[in-house]
Amino acid sequence: MKLFKIRGGVHPDDRKQLAAGQAIESLPMPALLHIPLQQHIGAPASPAVRRGQRVAKGDLLAQGQGVISAPVHAPTSGRIMGVGSYPAHHASGLSVPTITLQPDGEDRWADHIQGVEDPFALEPEEVAARVAKAGVVGMGGATFPAAVKLNLRKRYRIHTLVINGAECEPYLTCDDRLMRERADSVIDGIRIMAHALGVERIIVAIENNKPEAQAAMAVAAADDSRIRIARLPTRYPMGSEKHLVQTLTGRETPARGLTADIGVVVHNPATAFAVHEALRFGYPLVSRVVTVTGGAIAQPRNLRVLLGTKVQDLLDHCGGFRVDPERLISGGPMMGQPLPSTRVPMVKGSNGVLALTVEETNEREPMPCIRCGSCVQACPCGLVPLEMAAHTRVGDLEGAVGLGLMDCISCGSCAYACPGHIPLVQFFNYAKGEMAARGRAKQKQAETKRLAEQRTARMEAIKQAKREAMAKRKREMAAKKKAEAEKKAAAEAQGGQEGQTDRPVRSASETEA
Amino acid sequence: MSIETPAAKAGPFAHEPVSIPRTMGLVMLALLPATLFGIVQFGWPALYLFVATILAAILAEAASLRVAGKPVRPYLMDGSAILTGWLLAMTLPPWAPWWIGAVGSLLAIVVAKQVFGGIGQNLFNPAMVARVALLITFPLEMTSFTVPTPLFSAHAPGLLESLAITFGVQGFDAFSGATVLGHVRTELGQGHALSAILPEVFGSVSGAVGTVAGSMGETSALLLLGGGIFLIYKRIISWHIPVTMMGTIAVLATVMHLVDPEHYTGPYYHLVSGATLLGAFFIATDLVTSPVTRLGQIIFAAGCGLLVYVIRTWAGYPEGVAFAVLLMNACTPLIDHYVKPRVYGRDRRGQPIEYADDAEVQS
Ligand code: SF4
Ligand code: SF4
Repeated sequence: MKLFKIRGGVHPDDRKQLAAGQAIESLPMPALLHIPLQQHIGAPASPAVRRGQRVAKGDLLAQGQGVISAPVHAPTSGRIMGVGSYPAHHASGLSVPTITLQPDGEDRWADHIQGVEDPFALEPEEVAARVAKAGVVGMGGATFPAAVKLNLRKRYRIHTLVINGAECEPYLTCDDRLMRERADSVIDGIRIMAHALGVERIIVAIENNKPEAQAAMAVAAADDSRIRIARLPTRYPMGSEKHLVQTLTGRETPARGLTADIGVVVHNPATAFAVHEALRFGYPLVSRVVTVTGGAIAQPRNLRVLLGTKVQDLLDHCGGFRVDPERLISGGPMMGQPLPSTRVPMVKGSNGVLALTVEETNEREPMPCIRCGSCVQACPCGLVPLEMAAHTRVGDLEGAVGLGLMDCISCGSCAYACPGHIPLVQFFNYAKGEMAARGRAKQKQAETKRLAEQRTARMEAIKQAKREAMAKRKREMAAKKKAEAEKKAAAEAQGGQEGQTDRPVRSASETEA
Repeated sequence: MSIETPAAKAGPFAHEPVSIPRTMGLVMLALLPATLFGIVQFGWPALYLFVATILAAILAEAASLRVAGKPVRPYLMDGSAILTGWLLAMTLPPWAPWWIGAVGSLLAIVVAKQVFGGIGQNLFNPAMVARVALLITFPLEMTSFTVPTPLFSAHAPGLLESLAITFGVQGFDAFSGATVLGHVRTELGQGHALSAILPEVFGSVSGAVGTVAGSMGETSALLLLGGGIFLIYKRIISWHIPVTMMGTIAVLATVMHLVDPEHYTGPYYHLVSGATLLGAFFIATDLVTSPVTRLGQIIFAAGCGLLVYVIRTWAGYPEGVAFAVLLMNACTPLIDHYVKPRVYGRDRRGQPIEYADDAEVQS
């Protein structure tokens, strides 16, 4: 199919050969699982189990909260050891609410787990509801709840479903392997998603460095004429959602918008696989495929791991380290995050564990910018990274925002190409975080002000009500008095009847709350 | 996950095998053939001057870094000072006394680079600042060129004799010769027609190979072209600046030549003579002082080409590359301010793109 050009990008050495030849294998049952309550973008799930409770595989552990959230399920059968906190799968290593589960070794599915005979007979809403219930999130790393994306059809005119099998991050091969080995299941999941979205146009986009996956998916999709396979040039960041859509449709997603604005919804093959499992078998998302690789790993592998498995368990299964790694990364080398320790658990969005050697990271002391423009040419978003970095460096964050900081997708192409080894993305992340914090502070200020104003208004309303009540009473009194006076007059006229005394009226305004 | 900004190290955790020392090293490698040719062609004095200029550049850089309180080693090792000295030496008359090179390096490193804040901060190309300053201050030394006297050739000065030329006060009138550009300019000034002047000084082969009088590293058009193509191949520079600059000069020269062939030389002459190739591939492409966007580079280079032609043809100097580049250097911040790529998802004015047919369905 016709592809369109995108600007910028880089060609990192993809190093996929390390793990691409390894078939997906299941990791042996770990001794303990640490399942964080938040493995998605949105509100954290709230625990639905107690300590000591026995659970079966697939039982609900924590319930999603609100519109953008996802539930968490038991990855295997066993006993809840605690509902507490545990270091997160995140660079900060901060502790987050986590459920600890001790597997009983039986790996027994709960009785209520049941698939649907024919997902295509379901209403689209029902499909989305089941996907939501299964806790499926975007598994390419974004971890946005998948059901929310399936429901976008309600608000946007969606015409195309794109499956992002670009896997443009170097090293990672989990989607590649999944598409090669489980092509039929992935295609089934894709068709179910298309049904939920009500689209007739489906594009499965795979980079040319994965010819086997392209072939397998083409075969699996052969009898569905709606599905087309797009063979993408190998280039980073081809898998950036907005750039992928541009490559396929020639259209740019409007700034600050969603691809849905131009009628496209993008999902990942692993998400499609999870949807297939959720609909056909009723399985919630409790495991995923992870690539464990890098020059420092003794035996790089693609593993199917239960969520909550410690990184250390994965490393052990891969024979540990060949040499001491320079960096331990979660995700790909371009946009991944350093892992704070090997104790942290695997989560829904973790697609890779990389142990990189010194040669691979090729880190150097940063030098001053020589204005070579490599970053400008590399940026897929048309930004001028050197200037954004210069403004950030001197604390002029508004200046950086004016240059397009908020349009930066943190893809790292600029920093990858910089001969000065300037940590450009670090600057941008800092600036974005700082701006977000300022935004929050401002919002908080506004909120405080709003609350104060509301209180004043409430007080005012109460006073007003009291004043009115008082006035009313006065009026009534006056009317009564008048009536009585008339009565009295009448009585007097009738001869010497007893009079009424006025009761004093208490000032209502003194009784303030 | 509500990800707060990681104060920790952010990605990417892979890096293209590039670095500033590599960039500088490759530029020097590209300069090497033309440099060697210059040294062979102009003999020991050229080598002495070359060494003296680079040494002075290194010393000046080290001293400035020390004064500025910056770490000396990493910055000295980035190779930028050596490259500056090297480029300056390429543009000097090969038999100029050593102090011309030394003073030039001092000016280039201290005044044109370190005063601005060191590597990456300078507005003007340091080597060109030095060259122009030298030209204005020492017009005699800067315009005394020699005819080629290849190393070990019969008349070439020996090792010691050469020392006297570079470090002594001995003149070398016996070997002096004007550059092609200078000669043609003078003759034209005296009212001669090109058809009378050119045949005796300018041959298309000698001009391209470089067996003519001229600055130490500027004479061999072919070797400079080779070096430039190597840099483009290695993606240290892109084609935009050299091609645009040479193209502009060629177009102007062609037009003027067609208008009046007796007074305006043709494009080939302009391209192979003087500092055109060195300027187009190595000077105007200086990363620090040229614009960062492709379109900006094209504008910049077109300006350079135009100025080179104008200065050579109508202004008071026979050669104009240094002036042209400096003038355009001054425009670089302006160009970079106004010429920016279009941001993804936005139109040229910075507003989010809108498509008429993809309106949001109201919820
Ligand atoms: S990280 Fe941002 S500035 Fe750098 S290349 Fe990617 S989008 Fe451009
Ligand atoms: S790539 Fe690095 S050195 Fe080159 S302009 Fe960008 S920030 Fe500066």
